[in-house]
Amino acid sequence: MISHFPFIAVVILIGLGVYALMFKRNLIKIVIGVTLIESGVNLFLITLGYVKGGVAPIYTNAPGTNMVMPTPQALTLTSIVIGLATTALMLSFVVLIYRHYNSIDAKNVRRLKG
Amino acid sequence: MNKKIAVLALGVVFVFLFVGAVSLHPFGEPDEKGMDDYFIENAQNETGANNVVTSVVFDYRGYDTLGEATVLFTAVTGVGLALRRMKK
Amino acid sequence: MKEMSKIVRTVTNIIYSFIILFGFYIIIHGHLTPGGGFQGGAVVASAFALLAVSYGALKIKDMLKKENFSVSECSALFVFIGLAFLGISTVFFYNFLTGGVIFGNIPSGINPGDLNTGGVIPLMNVAVGVEVLSGIGLIILYMFTGSKEVKE
Repeated sequence: MISHFPFIAVVILIGLGVYALMFKRNLIKIVIGVTLIESGVNLFLITLGYVKGGVAPIYTNAPGTNMVMPTPQALTLTSIVIGLATTALMLSFVVLIYRHYNSIDAKNVRRLKG
Repeated sequence: MNKKIAVLALGVVFVFLFVGAVSLHPFGEPDEKGMDDYFIENAQNETGANNVVTSVVFDYRGYDTLGEATVLFTAVTGVGLALRRMKK
Repeated sequence: MKEMSKIVRTVTNIIYSFIILFGFYIIIHGHLTPGGGFQGGAVVASAFALLAVSYGALKIKDMLKKENFSVSECSALFVFIGLAFLGISTVFFYNFLTGGVIFGNIPSGINPGDLNTGGVIPLMNVAVGVEVLSGIGLIILYMFTGSKEVKE
């Protein structure tokens, strides 16, 4: 189990994010929980592609040719940008909710107006 | 009562994630590297760039980059639509 | 939001041009060193965030205009899609500018890099970098000036 240590760190991050998503009532704390889950998933993608004793996959003045896998790093780039888009839209909706209901407690914003 | 069910559900999620994490391959020895070996061997010949990650992002998987640029553009449009100020 | 004190504004006036220059260095050398379009665009957008925080919401509307950002974002996305469609004779997203006189020889093995190899990849890096920096700059401007202001 000690050889799986980065995966255990990912489990702790995702678990804390799910706890903040389920048990907190302030809307901004819920947004922070979603951001924690996204960070955990990005870390998991990068640690999937590590090769022992490997260097960065770039040929400019490289110290050797035993390189780590480049595909998970390319997928993580896309995932970070999508996380940014999600967080920006969620925060702008929090601003709209505050303008309309005048409170950001998740128990007060339950009415659906027609 | 509701609090107990919520704590039990969080415990079930934790157990699922933990069992999944310890049954993966050990850190540093991936299982199948065939596609990435091909990328590291032939990226300089076919694309002419020294950076293998950039050639994967823009040449071998350029379609994903097109989708990502579209997602960013849509997010900017959504924020601009939600936070408008109407002139009275 | 109010503007910050005189010391913060003086340091911001000196430093923000260096941050923009460093961001463009990361964008252009995307095919030789770690970096590329998305990372360099985020670095340049952080310079705009520094300007917005230190000058306040009332003065930033005169310094950075929303119409310029909107025009540059849309034209950079058009350039990116146009470059992807130009190699359509072989396949979508084909790299059609390698080899030849202007663009140099294709490197092989471990070497210090040249700036003009790489074909169509540096042009795509510049297009994506301009799109990301104007997109994130627009998000920052809308969030700064979209809430209620307190007039002193």
